[in-house]
Amino acid sequence: MRWIWIDKFVEFKSGQSAVAVKNVTLAEEHLHDHFPGFPVMPESLMIEAMAQTAGILVGEAKKFEEKVILAKVKKAVFFDYVKPGDSLRLEATIDSIAPEAAGTRGKITCADKVIAEIDLMFSHIDQNLAGREFPEDNFVFDADTSVFNSLLRDVLSHGAGPETAEAEQK
Amino acid sequence: MATSRDEILQQVQEILVEALGLDDDEVTAEATLMEDLGAESIDFLDIVFRLEKAFAIKIPREELFPAESLMNNPEFVSNGKLTETGLNELREKLPHTDLAAFEEDPDINKLGDLFTVRAIVNYVEAKLNAA
Repeated sequence: MRWIWIDKFVEFKSGQSAVAVKNVTLAEEHLHDHFPGFPVMPESLMIEAMAQTAGILVGEAKKFEEKVILAKVKKAVFFDYVKPGDSLRLEATIDSIAPEAAGTRGKITCADKVIAEIDLMFSHIDQNLAGREFPEDNFVFDADTSVFNSLLRDVLSHGAGPETAEAEQK
Repeated sequence: MATSRDEILQQVQEILVEALGLDDDEVTAEATLMEDLGAESIDFLDIVFRLEKAFAIKIPREELFPAESLMNNPEFVSNGKLTETGLNELREKLPHTDLAAFEEDPDINKLGDLFTVRAIVNYVEAKLNAA
């Protein structure tokens, strides 16, 4: 099972930018403790949501062939609380992409209000870390691509409808 | 109009302050990236991306920071020191860096000391002049 922290993509420009949505609900148990009587989404989990949005954008740019790992939080600035019932819009743009890594810029908004700005760097680990070897399996994207395809169901932009998405899994 | 060396230094300093989360006065021309400024491998890529953007140049893989490939090649490294072949390779790859001090004791642990703020400025200057 994968821990997926965004609900779906609503825009996806391959190799360029993506927009995902994350709906926040009081059914998320951690909100009961963070904080008692004052439930707000932890900022670390906003970074996670952006890392998944931008990470899938970066992974798709190389056709999910690279192991894409979050390597650096370049910037994370938060402007407002996120509460249960809020619907977050996560916008990610690829700033730079090279064989060994990619940099992204991101903005989180809720009802047109800016909640956070989060810039990240991802490493393509096989092309990096001085030739250290990792398992051949792409443990980032291979495990169960149907999950990613379902996130991308509305927006696969390289000419793909649901049929193509299904074919890609095989 | 050509960018002056001071302007390059100033821009490189701004980039390093941003990329490594430093204070302005920490980034002197003599500062070494790893030892003094605390850069790690992913930071080098971050810095490369930022330099490419700021100066509108293309920095080929390993041209600016070629240390890793050198260190992993037995032809270039023996008993923790660079061999003569390794040194030649380094001279070729880092024409913009002053290697005199390193050549006296080519301990690979000191390779990091070669990556100074000044070496980046030299590299960018050479790159801009070549363009």
